[in-house]
Amino acid sequence: MKESFRQSMAWLHTWAGLIVGWILFLVFMTGSTGYFDDEITHWMQPETPLVVAAAPIALTESVNKAQRLLERRAQGAEYWSINPSQGRVDRQWRLSWPHAAKAGKTAEPSQGQKQGKKRRGARAERVFMDPASGEEIARGAHGKARDTGGGVGLYRLHYKLRYMTEHSALLIVGGCAMLMFVALLSGVITHKKIFKDFFTFRPAKGQRSWLDAHTLVGVAALPFFLVMTYTGLMFFMYAHMPAAMNVAYGADKAWADDGYINPLNPRANSQFDPMAEPGAARARRGASVPASGTPMALADLSGLARQAERQWGKGMVGGIFVERPGDANARVTISRQEEGGLTRGSASQLVFNGVTGKALSAPPQRQAGTWKVQDTMIALHEGLYAGPMLRWIYFLSGLLGCGMVGTGLVLWTAKRKQKQVRESRTDYGFRLVQALNIGTITGLPLGIAAYFWANRLLPVAMPERAEWEFHCLFIAMGTMLLWGALRRPPRKAWEEGLWAVSFAYLLLPVVNMATTDRHLGVSLPAGDWVLAGFDLMMLMFGAAFAAAASLVRHRQADAAPVVRAGRVKALA
Amino acid sequence: MKRMTSYRLAVASRIFAAAIGGYAVASLFAAASSQLLMRLGVARSEAVLAPTMASFLVYAVIVLCVFHARSAGRAWVLIVLAACPGLLTLWLLWPEAIG
Repeated sequence: MKESFRQSMAWLHTWAGLIVGWILFLVFMTGSTGYFDDEITHWMQPETPLVVAAAPIALTESVNKAQRLLERRAQGAEYWSINPSQGRVDRQWRLSWPHAAKAGKTAEPSQGQKQGKKRRGARAERVFMDPASGEEIARGAHGKARDTGGGVGLYRLHYKLRYMTEHSALLIVGGCAMLMFVALLSGVITHKKIFKDFFTFRPAKGQRSWLDAHTLVGVAALPFFLVMTYTGLMFFMYAHMPAAMNVAYGADKAWADDGYINPLNPRANSQFDPMAEPGAARARRGASVPASGTPMALADLSGLARQAERQWGKGMVGGIFVERPGDANARVTISRQEEGGLTRGSASQLVFNGVTGKALSAPPQRQAGTWKVQDTMIALHEGLYAGPMLRWIYFLSGLLGCGMVGTGLVLWTAKRKQKQVRESRTDYGFRLVQALNIGTITGLPLGIAAYFWANRLLPVAMPERAEWEFHCLFIAMGTMLLWGALRRPPRKAWEEGLWAVSFAYLLLPVVNMATTDRHLGVSLPAGDWVLAGFDLMMLMFGAAFAAAASLVRHRQADAAPVVRAGRVKALA
Repeated sequence: MKRMTSYRLAVASRIFAAAIGGYAVASLFAAASSQLLMRLGVARSEAVLAPTMASFLVYAVIVLCVFHARSAGRAWVLIVLAACPGLLTLWLLWPEAIG
């Protein structure tokens, strides 16, 4: 290959991009939905109450209300666990405490716990509290909501895929990410006049237009793509690149024991810091201090929460664990909220004497700088720190990623179509790519719409309901793959696929109206902008796909070379 | 026809060199750098974390170089040469006892 650097990189870019393009399309699309996973879950559980904007209430106020409620309901319990609401939509607080122990019985794990089941079963009582009023919410909203994967399940497809073990999926997606990184670098190198070409768009010129579109979209969010690809690799990097870890720690390492986590982040490893246990694990074990038997009033929890807020920032309290409330040995552990900032998993904790309110814990130890780098990269990828506007930018940039991959895939066929027409043959590779393009670029949006349709139409009491929602997604996608492979000419397949997608999205709010009372007629007047926004976005996507379908229908075939050759082929 | 076959073989050879050879070079880089950092006094956990994070960039750069080399043969020479520093370092600094 005695060619210039640009030419060799162009070859690499084409092939690296093509091989992983279809999987990357899925990764970008499902990953983008992740920035609104809580909102999507809220729509997919129409049994939950409407979310209406309420006056913001100080966390410390709610802590006070929680304490009052627990004093009423859980007097004399071994421990109290107060968990403020997580996520962007769910407002309820979760309060729990163990059932009153039978006389003389020590805390033994129940049968369910021995089998490692998630629910604590009969061991703990749990109530949901409205943080504004301090009232107990009967059975909580989630008790009777339909079984669904929700928005979380949808976005998890982007790294766990489906119908395979998580480890296999990680390796596949990691490999694709590596090739994507190579494609990004080679794409930038190939593109000599990157800034001038950015402002170039030649419409209706076939292959040229696709190239311009691909370049435009690719450069528009280039920093985002570079950051997402590299930070994506940081999550499971030891699955992909275990060499250094294996040489230094041995291949059969047990991380906690080998001191990997500890020097980097002492607060996160309970083996080295007994006060660093995450709240849930601790609650499973119960209180770690014995009861003294002397009753003493519990300190004011909201004051302790205020101290925590002073150290970590407003609203950054993740959980409050009170051991032996009402006893002289009472102890309060306040954990920092995980999903707040760019250095997320610091797992800081503050421990207080439960009676006097005096701080007990040692100041947090310094965390290794290297660990903070990885932590920040992961936080950048997850975008949990982002406010509403930045979250929208993440989402739209992700969709631009789908656009970049999609235009690249179509460009590949557009470039080779002339040659195929001229030589009046279609070789197998070309047809394969064409079918995969149609099946993925129309099939995946159709699949996601099918996921939402299934959420509304599948019977609520159906067993394995959540699984079947995913099956519907892939059945729809598989159907489009078959359609793309069998329908001739391919242009018809494209057009029909795009119409199908557009109708699937446009009709979704109608299905919503027919099956639930959470449709636009209810959500708009009530001001539940999460629900209303979802339905409106579905209408927008439907309109966009309809516009695309119209464009495909009205577009002229690439006339010039075909007419010159005197042959009109069914390829165009 | 023979030219086409040999061209395709050359491409396949490059792909191997990039995918497998490149991975080997990146892994050697990570393992060797971490041992070197440990000898220089960096804590073991940090010495493992930092080179692993950087190794993906090394992998990407190697892949670019392999596809720019003037022939498949030269690409393999590049791989072998790139692996040497890592191999040498690991041979000299291999940890006696792990734990």
